[in-house]
Amino acid sequence: MTSVTPDSVSSARPDVLALGPVAWAKKNLFSDWFNSLLTILIVGIFGWGIFRLVLWALTVAQWQVIPNNFGLFMSGTFPSQLYTRIWAILAIICGLAGLSWGVLGRNVSTLFSRNVLIGLGAVCAFIVLFPPTRPNSLQLLPMVALVAGGAAAGRQIGRKFPGVGKWISLSWFLSYFVALWLLGGGLGLTKVSTNDWGGLVLTLFTAVSGIVLCFPLGLLLALGRRSALPVVRLLSTAYIELVRGVPLVAFLFMGQVMIPLFLPIGSRPDRILRAVIALALFSAAYLAENVRAGLQAVPRGQREAAMSLGLNTPTTLGLIILPQALKIAIPAIVGQFISLFQDTTLLSIVGLAELLGIGKSILANPAYLGRYAEVYLFLAVIYWFFCYAMSLASRKIEEKLNTEH
Amino acid sequence: MAHDSGSKTFDLKAMLRDERFWKIAFQVITLIVVLLLLSFFLGNLNRNLIQQGRAFGFSFLRNPAGFSIGESLIQYRPNDPYWRALMVGLGNTLTLVVGGIVLTTLLGVVAGVASFSKNWLLQKLSRLYVGLVQNIPLLLQLFFWYFAIFGALPNPANQIGVLGLAFLNNRGVYIPWASSALLAILGIAATVGAAIAALFLWRWRTKIRIETGVGGQAQSIALAVVALAWLAIITVGMDWTVPEGVEGGGVTGGLRLSREYVASLTALVFYTSAFVAEIVRAGIQSVSKGQWEAARTLGLNAGMVMRLVVFPQALRVIIPPMNSQYMNLTKNSSLAFAIAFPEIYSIATTTYNQTGRPVEVFVVMMATYLTLCLLITVVMNQFNRSVQFKER
Repeated sequence: MTSVTPDSVSSARPDVLALGPVAWAKKNLFSDWFNSLLTILIVGIFGWGIFRLVLWALTVAQWQVIPNNFGLFMSGTFPSQLYTRIWAILAIICGLAGLSWGVLGRNVSTLFSRNVLIGLGAVCAFIVLFPPTRPNSLQLLPMVALVAGGAAAGRQIGRKFPGVGKWISLSWFLSYFVALWLLGGGLGLTKVSTNDWGGLVLTLFTAVSGIVLCFPLGLLLALGRRSALPVVRLLSTAYIELVRGVPLVAFLFMGQVMIPLFLPIGSRPDRILRAVIALALFSAAYLAENVRAGLQAVPRGQREAAMSLGLNTPTTLGLIILPQALKIAIPAIVGQFISLFQDTTLLSIVGLAELLGIGKSILANPAYLGRYAEVYLFLAVIYWFFCYAMSLASRKIEEKLNTEH
Repeated sequence: MAHDSGSKTFDLKAMLRDERFWKIAFQVITLIVVLLLLSFFLGNLNRNLIQQGRAFGFSFLRNPAGFSIGESLIQYRPNDPYWRALMVGLGNTLTLVVGGIVLTTLLGVVAGVASFSKNWLLQKLSRLYVGLVQNIPLLLQLFFWYFAIFGALPNPANQIGVLGLAFLNNRGVYIPWASSALLAILGIAATVGAAIAALFLWRWRTKIRIETGVGGQAQSIALAVVALAWLAIITVGMDWTVPEGVEGGGVTGGLRLSREYVASLTALVFYTSAFVAEIVRAGIQSVSKGQWEAARTLGLNAGMVMRLVVFPQALRVIIPPMNSQYMNLTKNSSLAFAIAFPEIYSIATTTYNQTGRPVEVFVVMMATYLTLCLLITVVMNQFNRSVQFKER
């Protein structure tokens, strides 16, 4: 038990930071009888709950289901002799991520600050110590090195060629098609049927494809809804409101069943493609609303000034209005992407083996009967990690944009 | 058009430079493209349907459905027509949505206000809840509640009793309930009626007190009478039946809430409340600090500051985004189908599987959800109007 030190008591200036633990607890936990009751109740109920959870996790739970099926969770039934292709995709992503980080942080004094080094160390330690990833340490540790190396290289490149940002964006764009090629094969690689795409790889692929596809459509719909032309406005508004009134499951159902009906007799696109199209058509309506909010926040004078400078409508939109509107809408758009990422779980309902779908089929295996809590907790951690990372990034961007003016 | 009304000859170059021309031309082009796309899609649809021998039409809704439904509010037998099966689904959706909206509002507001608590633990708990629940997909949470929590409850032979009033087992939750459906409806109507009457009386009393500074005793007495009458109806008039455990497992009496319903409701409420908590938090933050300080200076205690000064002002910011959360809850209730709760989406897919009519089923489904969302919007807009600033 620590007591309040005499000098902090006798100190003439009120100093909140120097509050001793007892005084702190008294102020924040036991200020009056109601507060004290709350504290006791919370500590009692949650302490008991956490104790039971830990007890369950250590004694009752059978975690063997996770390492035994780790490959399935990560990449579904993708043929294991072709795993190098998935490693190649991961390597491209890690390299590009490192480069972008380096280029973006080219003006920061120390790229590898203490916190970043601790973070990288923690990731390495996790890879080596976490049982499911330990067998792949040989592949995963170089990935971390790739990120760090990419960052260091990106910083040098970014300093030498200030206009390199455009090329980074372009390479991200191209990497999507390279990843598609590496996944599906063709053009000299063994073909892999989309039925064998699954797990986290499929989740990420559908989420990224949905985002890439919904962005241009959402942008057009937002502009259409704000347009002065009545026909365009009416059509955009009708689309947005109709789609926003229907649940995504119904929309995915339509994608699976009705897209073939809308196409010429006999044509039947791949079911992953159908799912991605439905996902993108759905998200576009929500994205349009977020972009519209951004458009509304741009002062009217901006448009008038651009017009009086002699710009026509497309150039006004492209050079003046949209850059400002998108900047305002970034937090909302990231939020939209987070929910799109979460929405990919619904693809398991229409029969795709994405992360949740593969979890369901593993649970259907008699060897892992009743391991619901273990599998679902593991999946929850994965989803939480990705969504939290995205929302953290969005908060960072927001802060950066706020300090700029 | 303006340029050919003059006596000059038709000038193509001038027309191409004219913004007015382009405005009209662009709309015409858009319309033509959209119409072409629509006719392409609908033409294909028509050809596909004819090829399958199923012309568009809703007469199949009168055919007998032939499937049984686990739970329903209205009478339903397997040889009833499809439209009746869909009504059963709509009823189940409504029980889920109405229960969900009520509980979400309560939990969301409590969690949102808790993030301003003086109690450090409660504050952190509220933040933890929001950060955890918002970042995990709803469907995963639904499976977790259904399989890992409610599925892990003991079987009826070893069921858990709660103070002898309710029972929990892996088939569902059993709670005390009125002995007949009619009495239950009367009880709910009495509760709603009493709440509305109390609200009006309270406002009347406040108005008199503001205008005259004293008085309002008559209204206070009326309030007490309403409360007593409601209490009497609820305690005596409802003819409560309490669930009783049967020797060797099982429960008689009371109301059984199926495991599917309870799990769906819990998942929906926990998920949506996290978003509502964020909205409430943002709303309270939007009230300027001066309002808090002024209210404290007038001698109000912390609870009264929140209830009388801050929260009514925060409502202006809170209500509009709540509308979309309620709509999300309504649409997300369709996920309950993944754990076989027979709500409208689930009945609709069964109907599609049996009749092979995706287009008609989709139209019915879309119309249902659009109507529900529209209803919510209308009610919320009314409510919104009553909390906005009334400027003179």
